Amino acid sequence: MWDDLIQMFSYPFMTRALIVGILVSLCAAVLGVTLVLKRYSMIGDGLSHVGFGALAVAAAFHIAPLYLAIPVVFVAALVLLRISENSKIKGDAAIALFSTSALAIGVMIVSMTSGMNADLNNYMFGSILAMSEEDVRLSVILTLAVLVLYVLFYHKIFAVTFDETFAKATGVKVELYRTVLAFLIAITIVLGMRMMGALLISSLIIFPALTAMRVCKDFKSVIICSLILAMVSFTLGLALSYFLATPTGASIVVVDMVFFLFFFIAGRKQG
Amino acid sequence: MALITCKNLSFAYENQLVIDNLSFEVKTGEYLCIVGENGTGKTTLMKGLLALKKPTKGEILTGDGLRADQIGYLPQQTPSQKDFPASVMEVVLSGCLNKKSFSPFYSKEDKEKAKANMELLGIWDKKKECYKDLSGGYKQRVLLARALCATSKMLLLDEPTTGLDPVAIIDFYETLRELNRKHGITVIMVSHDIKEAVKQADHVLHLTQDSYFFGTTKEYIKSNLGKEFLGGYENVG
Ligand SMILES: Nc1ncnc2c1ncn2[C@@H]1O[C@H](COP(=O)(O)OP(=O)(O)O)[C@@H](O)[C@H]1O
Ligand SMILES: [Mg+2]
Repeated sequence: MWDDLIQMFSYPFMTRALIVGILVSLCAAVLGVTLVLKRYSMIGDGLSHVGFGALAVAAAFHIAPLYLAIPVVFVAALVLLRISENSKIKGDAAIALFSTSALAIGVMIVSMTSGMNADLNNYMFGSILAMSEEDVRLSVILTLAVLVLYVLFYHKIFAVTFDETFAKATGVKVELYRTVLAFLIAITIVLGMRMMGALLISSLIIFPALTAMRVCKDFKSVIICSLILAMVSFTLGLALSYFLATPTGASIVVVDMVFFLFFFIAGRKQG
Repeated sequence: MALITCKNLSFAYENQLVIDNLSFEVKTGEYLCIVGENGTGKTTLMKGLLALKKPTKGEILTGDGLRADQIGYLPQQTPSQKDFPASVMEVVLSGCLNKKSFSPFYSKEDKEKAKANMELLGIWDKKKECYKDLSGGYKQRVLLARALCATSKMLLLDEPTTGLDPVAIIDFYETLRELNRKHGITVIMVSHDIKEAVKQADHVLHLTQDSYFFGTTKEYIKSNLGKEFLGGYENVG
């Protein structure tokens, strides 16, 4: 077993996958806490479909995928985060509207142009093992930026998550932090799609937060617990996919599910 | 000059007028109660005072060196806070954020201030407890402590006693009165309980569908509107 593990990481692509995977999981986990608490759980799912649409456009016009997808998803995130307050359209309906429209546009473009090429396929179903060195470098820089920004804005993000009206009333620049949040989410989603696929990315966002909230009682411990859970489930999921030759994304979700059930029962016992 | 002066204020939602041509002022150290039936625009007026909603007409002037972000606010509780994992300390400290626009961490003064306010409200021994597990009365104290971290001048409260049991309500009014009298904090409270409001406040603003009353509590009791709503309620201390 140990030898197998050592052998597993002797492949450079596995080490790369592990580094990027853990970093993206950590980003998704911290942002997930805010999204779940604000009742925006489905935003990750919706944005990944927007991301898919953007990637299809990028592929058709031969633009570097990340440079188009990140700004497009950022704008979509900004709109979705805002829409809930002065809403004629309800938040969840808005997400569905965005995600199906983007998906439809993506599918139209794919079928009108080259068809489903390998790159697009990777983003749809996730293929962390196919990441190039350039991809890895960009991902590491962006995820580190997300984590640093999160730490710098931690208290403000808490205040805005807990009670937006109070924060606004006492002069906290809610708009600014919402924009920061949308930016962090966009980067995380687009990078996460590469490893989990557009279909499963929201699991990275939702599972650690929901699992941690079964047992943790304050915000800081929820964050720390989600971070640990994200790291452990990614590593186990990656190992699982290596040994069973299953897709990485699905393997990680299965590990997440097991943790969730475990914590759910523990939380019940605790009362 | 008064702490807050409202001149000919009007508020509307998509051309539907909610408040029309309202004028009143609040001086430092006063205790104003805003009463009126549901839908008469009390919450809307609060949002106006907090600069969360722009008046369609008129203006709100602040005096005595009051800055817009020096108003402590006790909102009506939002449903999403019901299962929010946060310790009492975390919630109270978040009231300190308005003074620092950039520093990412709480300073020692912030923590001391939070401690002082928690001691004042008798919740210091609960600092590590989970906010969502507290009783309604303690939850309101936590939010009050948070509001006091944001201000030492003025508190705005929107129906703060909703959902509290009778003992907690009496307790809460007591605390507010003490903050007002002993600590000189100006209080503006929205309430649907007119009789209680008259006992607590020194000024009353009564909103109705098409007009309003503003004056001291004594004037209010003698006014027609006051008589009608208090229904012969006499012995006011
Ligand atoms: N966001 C909103 N959009 C449209 N109308 C609103 C909104 N908020 C309140 N109103 C309307 O404004 C009126 C006053 O509401 P509100 O200020 O909440 O009254 P109160 O707090 O006195 O019960 C009501 O008729 C209500 O329907
Ligand atoms: Mg109201």
